[in-house]
Formats: sequence, C-alpha cells, structure tokens
Amino acid sequence: MYRRWAGWRNVDREGLGTMAEKQKIYLNWKPGTDEEGILWCYLDVADKSTNVLSSTVLEELEQIISAVESDLPKGVVIASAKENGFIAGANIDEFITTKDSDEALAYITRIHDLFNRIDSLGCATLSLINGFCLGGGLELALACRYRVALDDPKTRIGLPEVMLGIHPGFGGTMRLIRLIGAVQAIPLMLTGRTLDARKAKKLGVIDKIVPERQMQRAALNLIRKNAPRRTPSTLQRLANHDLVRPLLAKYMRSELRKKANIHHYPAPFAIIDLWEQKGGSEKGMLKAEAESVAKLFITETSRSLVRLFKLQDRLKSKNSDVDFKAKHIHVIGAGVMGGDIAAWCALQGLTVTLQDREPKFIAPAMKRAHKLFKRKLKQTRLVTAAMDRLIPDHKALGVEKADVIIEAIVENAEAKIGLFKELESRAKEGAILATNTSSIPLNEISQHLKNAERLTGIHFFNPVAKMQLVEVIHSAQTGEHWVDKASAFCQQISRLPVPVVSSPGFLVNRILTPYLLEAVALWEEGVPAEQIDKVAKKFGMPMGPVELADTVGLDICLSVSQNMAATLNITIPEKLHQLVDAGHLGKKSGRGFYQYEKGKAKKDKNMTISSLPDIEDRMVMRILNECVACLDEGIVEDKDLLDAGMVFGTGFAPFRGGPMNYALNKGTGDVVQTLNDLESKYGERFCAHKGWQQLDS
Amino acid sequence: MVEQKKQTKGKSVFIVDGSRTPYIRARGVPGPFHAADLAVLAGRGLLARQNFEAAELDEVILGSTMPSPDEANIGRVVALRLGCGDHVPAWTVQRNCASGMQSVDSAMRNILAGRSDLVLAGGVDAMSHGPLLFSTAMATWLGKFYAARSMPAKLQSISKFRPTLLKPVIALLRGLTDPVVGLNMGQTAEEIAYHFGIDRLAMDSFAVQSHLRLAAAQAENKLQEIEVIYDSDGNYYDHDDGVRPDSSVEKLAKLKPVFDREFGMVTAGNSSQITDGAAWLILASEKAVKKHYLPVLGRIVDSEWAALKPAEMGLGPVHAMTPLMKRQKLKVEDIDNWEINEAFAAQVLGCIAAWKDSKYCRDELHLRSAFGEIDQQKLNVNGGAIALGHPVGSSGARIVLHLCHVLEQANVKRGIASICIGGGQGGAMLIERD
Repeated sequence: MYRRWAGWRNVDREGLGTMAEKQKIYLNWKPGTDEEGILWCYLDVADKSTNVLSSTVLEELEQIISAVESDLPKGVVIASAKENGFIAGANIDEFITTKDSDEALAYITRIHDLFNRIDSLGCATLSLINGFCLGGGLELALACRYRVALDDPKTRIGLPEVMLGIHPGFGGTMRLIRLIGAVQAIPLMLTGRTLDARKAKKLGVIDKIVPERQMQRAALNLIRKNAPRRTPSTLQRLANHDLVRPLLAKYMRSELRKKANIHHYPAPFAIIDLWEQKGGSEKGMLKAEAESVAKLFITETSRSLVRLFKLQDRLKSKNSDVDFKAKHIHVIGAGVMGGDIAAWCALQGLTVTLQDREPKFIAPAMKRAHKLFKRKLKQTRLVTAAMDRLIPDHKALGVEKADVIIEAIVENAEAKIGLFKELESRAKEGAILATNTSSIPLNEISQHLKNAERLTGIHFFNPVAKMQLVEVIHSAQTGEHWVDKASAFCQQISRLPVPVVSSPGFLVNRILTPYLLEAVALWEEGVPAEQIDKVAKKFGMPMGPVELADTVGLDICLSVSQNMAATLNITIPEKLHQLVDAGHLGKKSGRGFYQYEKGKAKKDKNMTISSLPDIEDRMVMRILNECVACLDEGIVEDKDLLDAGMVFGTGFAPFRGGPMNYALNKGTGDVVQTLNDLESKYGERFCAHKGWQQLDS
Repeated sequence: MVEQKKQTKGKSVFIVDGSRTPYIRARGVPGPFHAADLAVLAGRGLLARQNFEAAELDEVILGSTMPSPDEANIGRVVALRLGCGDHVPAWTVQRNCASGMQSVDSAMRNILAGRSDLVLAGGVDAMSHGPLLFSTAMATWLGKFYAARSMPAKLQSISKFRPTLLKPVIALLRGLTDPVVGLNMGQTAEEIAYHFGIDRLAMDSFAVQSHLRLAAAQAENKLQEIEVIYDSDGNYYDHDDGVRPDSSVEKLAKLKPVFDREFGMVTAGNSSQITDGAAWLILASEKAVKKHYLPVLGRIVDSEWAALKPAEMGLGPVHAMTPLMKRQKLKVEDIDNWEINEAFAAQVLGCIAAWKDSKYCRDELHLRSAFGEIDQQKLNVNGGAIALGHPVGSSGARIVLHLCHVLEQANVKRGIASICIGGGQGGAMLIERD
C-alpha cells in the first residue's frame, strides 16, 4: 500500500493542540487535534506489531482522558496507527500473573473507572476500527458512543474471552447488552464467536461499515451529527425487564448445558448469572462483572486455556524465519482426506491441482469443496474465485509446477513408493514432497528415493477444515530444513504444525489407540457404549471413545492398532475384528458399535448402567501412560507440543490444558499410584512407564 | 493492400498448445456453466501445464457473441479469473460465428506486428444462457411507470399495462436472424441448397457422417484437446454430448423442417446444435517459443476474411479460402486436411459445390474456371458442429485447434480451417506443421 490509511489528516502537532498533547509525549498513543477541534488518538503500541491494552497503554489513556475532561474537545476518535487492525484485546501476560482474586479485582476496577469516564465524556466519542477489534479492544470501542469499521474480510469483531476461561471484564457484558440487547449480545459472549464487518453492522455492534477511502469522512460525519448512542429496539429492551430476565436466563442456561459443562467451563454460566441478577442496573452489572471475572482469572480452567492459547501462538509463529511461501499445491488422491486438503488449500488462497486416476473420483471432492467455500466465504464472487483456484487434474499435469506435493492415496506402501519415485523425478527443485500417510513409516518410502532427506509426512486430521493440528512427520533421514519448510507451509495455510518422529501411530493416533482399545475392552466386559462415552465426555472429551471409533471407522482403527501392535505391547480386542469382518465399519457403513440413522448415532438413554469400577481411570490413565512413553522415546520435542497435539488434534479436554498438564496438576505420584493400582487389578498394560520417574526429577 | 496481405511472410506465429471444454448440448434450460465459467474451466488447466506463468502472457483475447450482463468485456473477466493478474490486458472480439477465429487472427496480427509475443486467444458462448429480453414496448412502459411520481400518474400508467407486453424477446433467435435481409440462418442454408440443387438426402447423409465420425473419434480417444470440466454438484463433463452414434438417414428423414416450415429441407438434424462451450489456443512468437522452451503444435501461415451476400452467408468459406490459397499458390490437392465449420449440412455441401461450379467460380470468385473438388475423406474427419454443436463464439477457435491435432495425428503438413459467418462473411486460416 502506497499510503497509510491512518492519515494524520489536518492534525496540528505544533501549537494549536489541546492540553492533551501539549503537555506530554506518550509512548503508545499519538493524539492530535484537527482544525475542527476533534481529538484523534492513534494507538501505536511501542515495540509490538499488534495493539494490545497493556497497563502502560491504559495508564497513558487515563492521562489523555484526564486532559480531555479538563478541556473538552468537539469529539474524540480512538483509532489504530497499525495497519493490521485495531486492538487485539487485553495483555494476557499481565492477567496470568495476578496471584489472587483481590489483586485481579484491583486491576479490573481501575480499568472499569477509566472506561466509565470515557463512557460519560461530554463530547462525541468514536472508535475507528480498521481490522480486528477483539476482547478488551471491543470493550473500549463499546465505551465510545459510535463505532465505524472497515468493510473488509480482515475486520473481526467479538468478545472471545470465554475461550480463555473468563468473560468480558472491562464492562463489555453490560455495554454490549446496552447496545444490541441481551438476546443478541449474550450468545455472542457465550460462544466467543467473532463477527465479520457486515454481520457486526447488521447486529448493531457497528454503526457504519465503510471502505478504507471513507473511514475518516464517516467518522467526521458521525461526530458532527452528534446523535445519541444507538439503543436496542423496544422489543429487544424488553428482554432486560426484571420479570423477563429470569425466564430467558433459565432458557439460555439449559441451552448452554447442552454444549458445555459448568464444572469444566464456568465462565459462560457466570455471564448468564450476572445478567440475570444484575442486568436491571448498569452500575450493578459492571460491579458484578468485575467481581465475577476476578474470580475466574485464577481458576484452573482459565490458566489451562491461557496456556493453550500461548501454545497455539507458539505453533503459529515457530517457523516465521523460514523463507518459504507456496503458491501452487498439487494433491494426489481426491478421497476424503486428499480432496479436503486440496479444498482447504484453495480456501487459503493457493492454486491447487487435484489429481486422481479418473474424473469420477475427483467430482465428489469438487462438490464438497464448493460446500465448504459457500459456508466459509458466503459471497458468490469469493466462492467462484476459490473454485477457480481448485483445478481437477486427472492427467497429473500440475506436478511440475507445484511448490508442495501432498500424497493422499490408498495406504499401500508399494503404490506410494512408485508414486514418489515418479514425483521425485518430475517435481521442481525445492518443492516439498509429503505423504499424508497415517500408518506407513516414512523410511519405508524415502529409502527408495534418490534423496531420502526430502520426504516428509504432512499428516492432517479429519475433518481437515476443523482440525487445526498437522503432524509434520520426520525420521532420522529427513533433512531438518525440509521439516522446517513443511511446518512453514502448514502455518501458511493456518494449520498448527507439530513435528513428530515417524513411528507407529505417530503421536496422536499412538496415544488415542490404547484409549480406544480400553473402551472396547470395557464394552466387552459389559459396560454399555453409552455409559463409556458419557464418562469420557464428563471428563471433558468432545466425543466419547466408542463414538469416536465409529466415526474414524473401525477398519481404520483396526489397521492402526495392528500396525502399532507389531512394535508396541497392545492387544486388540476380539470384538473389533468381529465387527470389521462383518462389514460394520462404523458411521460410514451405518453400523459399528452404534447404529446410525442419517449420520447420527442411536443412543439408548435408558441403558442398564454397569457398576464396573475405574471406568474413567482405565481410559484416562492409558492416555497419560502412553503420553509419557512418547515423551520418553522422543516422539515429540516436549510436553507442551504433546499437549498442543492432543488438544488441537483430538479435542482432548482443553480446560485441562492437555494430558501432560493434567497429569502434572494432578501430581505424577498420584498418577503412578493410580497406574499401580490398575495394574494389580487389570494387568500389565497399566504398568507405569519408566518415564514417569524422569518427569519427577 | 497487397503489402498488408503479404505481411505474414518471413515471420512465424506458432500455436503452442490449446484446450477446450466438451461441447455441452443445450437442453432447453440454462446449462450448468455461464460463458465466463466455461472459458475459465477450459483455460486454467491449459495454463497450469505451461512452462510460463499466466502473468507472463502479453494479452488475452476472447471471442464471444452473447456474454451475460455480468460479463462485460468477458475477455478481461476471464483473464482475471484465470490468474493472469492485474497487468495482462484483455479484450473481447465479436465477428458472429467467427468470433473465436477472429481472436486467433487478432492474436496473430499482434504477434506479427511485434506488439505481443505470447497470447491466449479463444472463443466462448453459453448459448443455453441466451437472455430473454423485454420488448421495446415493455421497456417503454416500464420507463413511464418509473417516471410517474404521483399516485394518479402511477395508476394511469398501470392501467396501460397489457399482458402481451411481457412476451419476451429471445435474444438467441434474434441473433440468428439477419436483420438486413430478414432471413434466419436456416433460411440462408435453404437458399444455398436451392442454388446448387442440394437435396434432403444429401444433407441428411452428411449429417449422419458427422455423427458417426465424431462417435468413432470419441471411441478412439482422438479428441485430446478436451479438458474435463466439473460443476459444483459432483458432476463432470468429459465428452461432446450432442453426438448420436446411432444416427441414420432413416431417422433423420423423420424430422420436420424448422426454418422453411412447410416446404423446406433444413431440419434440426442436419443443422449444427445449440451448445455451450469454450476453446483456447496459446499463440507465440519465435522469441517466446525459445524463451520458454515451448512445444510447437502448428504454425499459422496466413489468414483471410471475405464478405458476400448475407443471404448466402454459408458460402463464406469459399470466398475466404480462395484468395488465401491463390496468394499462397496452393491448389485443392495441396491441402491435407480441411475443417469447415458445419453450421448447416447444406452450407458445407454448398461450399463443395461452389468450387466445382465453373460459373460460380467465374462470377463470384473471379476465377477462370472451377477451383477443384474437396475430398470429403479429408474434410471434418472427426465430425463437426452438426454432431458436437456450435457455441457460436467458440467454434472458430475450436476448428483451428482441432485441425492442428488432426494434422499431427495423421502426420501430414498442411490444413485449412474455415468458417461461415452470419451476416455474409467467411474466415479462413492456413495451418502448417514443420
């Protein structure tokens, strides 16, 4: 871009300014008054690429507001001098260091005071939003009278605090409800969903959405008009009535319970509580919000979720120094995985050629891709562009041009070896050669190549568009820079790469398999599938192991288990063989452990509950024990990456921060003791791995 | 004038590669693809397999006769969608049935003039998406209705509405009618049949031959230029679906004439089909061929445009081919293969007849005697528009591309592609392999 959009229009920095900028030079704020007497405060947080509301930023804002109060300008505009967006939220590092809820409350109260002062300024106030505007950033914008946002896909607006185990704490709960009504506002806060510019405008969160060229004029126009703040419609306001609130709250709570467990995720329930109890008074609600969030700050859930958030950041940025940008991806195999990988890459803006033997194998993938694009992109123009980027290629003409070649054909080593030999001779120099295999050791293929260093595994999870994790598989033969390149590619397409050593099951399937097999064993011992799944969900798994096995496909579970059984000490329950032999492969064949109707498992709600003990422990302990085995064998670099893999690859109870975080919080002694007990009751598969001792030291 | 016509000498324009969509027969409702979609689907695989990037093209030229309202300068729309980037100029040409050949010719002229080295040229039409238009009377009524401000004025305007105003104008039918002489294209074919005494059986036999030849070519997988295309509903299209392998003279004899309804001979069976499709060629200068190590499919040696009576537009090919061949000192026997677009069986047979007719050759083509007889074994060897259809803007590019493949498959040297043009014109292009 040849011109910064955040132009310093008509701002006099020399002499005519107000008190605010005359008295002081700020580190993070660049305030200036224009000839009309409007104060433009540009936020440009020092030494950071993204604006966040740290305490120094807020302290400086306090000073600016004090100056404004003593010499009122015609209006105040809060804007960002950074091109990537407005404000990403509060500074997470600051709030995880708060020791107790009193300290947290003091921190919160000060910010509340500041935002209340902004809210009650005697002049027009406006936030000029040029991109993301999240969490604390939106709460600041909500304290202003108006909000103008850039009409662009990069604009994301929302209060995602619940994702960190807390809820909005800078007055956002009250102010969003005041602006758009509880019925619209509360679901936004409960889900933490972010909105694009158009949706935000439709809901009333944003007053005007405009292209970049109109940003300043739109802001000026609103300030000159000096109209009152937007209010919800009468009907929407009715939801806040003292008699209506309890009814709505009850309904919202029952809906929420279907999706979240209050013991695992207390924050969203707290939002409903504080609105129900204090929603009638703005002041009361603000006070209740501060107290509630101060308590949530120090919960285990919040600590775990914040840790995961930071881990996610680490995975997003780890290879930022690798100079690799792919333009053209060639995917071979248009089955569920290959087709969906291709569609995902096209969605991310890359040109993709999708190869399979015949057009008839590619056509269904094009249909799925179209569905994905429609859901994600909405606008016809963008869907067309994405479809144009996804090029079916049954003649394999895209190989020579591709920067990344991903193989996702049948799990047959012979076929893969033949394919990669051909690819190696045709691919351009520097192009990544990767296999999406989930069971064939990397070396089995790479040893047949001229350059064995080059082959990596890029192992996606199903469904590709939903699962953020990608295992980047390498062996001793794999060149380190190829692993880095593969990781950089994953980051380019917004997936989280975790480098994993090639060994049976890699990381995620390796850890999941004993857990799934234990579930099958429990089933064989007479525990109903429904009960097994319920226990696992109560622990915090997104889906029970029996249903998960059905969803993955029992044939795949069996082949992965057999593949691992060769080297690891696991026994495969007879029942799994029987089901696969009978053609009951799970969801895809309509029957596995469950019967399926229209893709939904038929669960018996009145099953006879088994009184078998240790159900949860037996499943969870096998996960934990396998995790330690993986760490001990160096399958993955450290326990943080292991936790990230399990959470982003399987949805392992995020509020527990991943299996290792859970084990360490529980105490390794406790875990080993439980394992010993289980071993004495159920046999040596529960024998505590020797790695636990090293963890202790 | 002579100078300009000889300018092709010395420099060469190479056909590097090309592709087309299958031609998809219109089935009475708008087909699965818009014109721009077809052009993108035909071109993106083609570009993906080249040694150069789309952005390295010097220009994109697309022939089209009826782009939709969303496709103003459809050439540019398609170039952008093909990933050529912001900086590759693109334009659209319209010469009715020869729009696709016009784009190839324009690309060739620009390469010869040194303005371009690497050009993507082609043609497209989605005939099944031909718009339905309001009549002028309806448009006038609507204009008055919108202009009426007050309620009484509005009511008065409404009172003048008649349901007949809603009768749509079918753009496709209008486009296929010559506004100057008042004949539709089928009637011009009837004129030619009358002139040369071509009977119904000859027409139907020619049509059957077209179908059988295409069916055979499909069975032998000879139509390598086809790019399989996919829609968003899980369907794919990999062959020209207008073909009738079981076509026979007996079956065609049962069809009723559609243009001169009572006493005519031209039927839907011996005319080209209404079809959706797109075709592209990549044309390159010698410089570009060397720079990007491009393969060479063929060389465009010369081209010609000619005009004649609109009522005999179907004879356009002989009017264009004659001066071209005279200039290149070629006799009929020197041509290894012919691709003459089959707008109507009567019209292709008319072209053959015209060159055999010494009176016509003398009076209309300024020759001393009959020019010669085209060997039908060398003409449209894999069938033509009667079997696979005639997406008007696309056909001119298709026959040039297909001729290249025919010459290559037969391993022969020289061919001519020629096309008749509604309104009374003809275009011809001489292709050689080295």
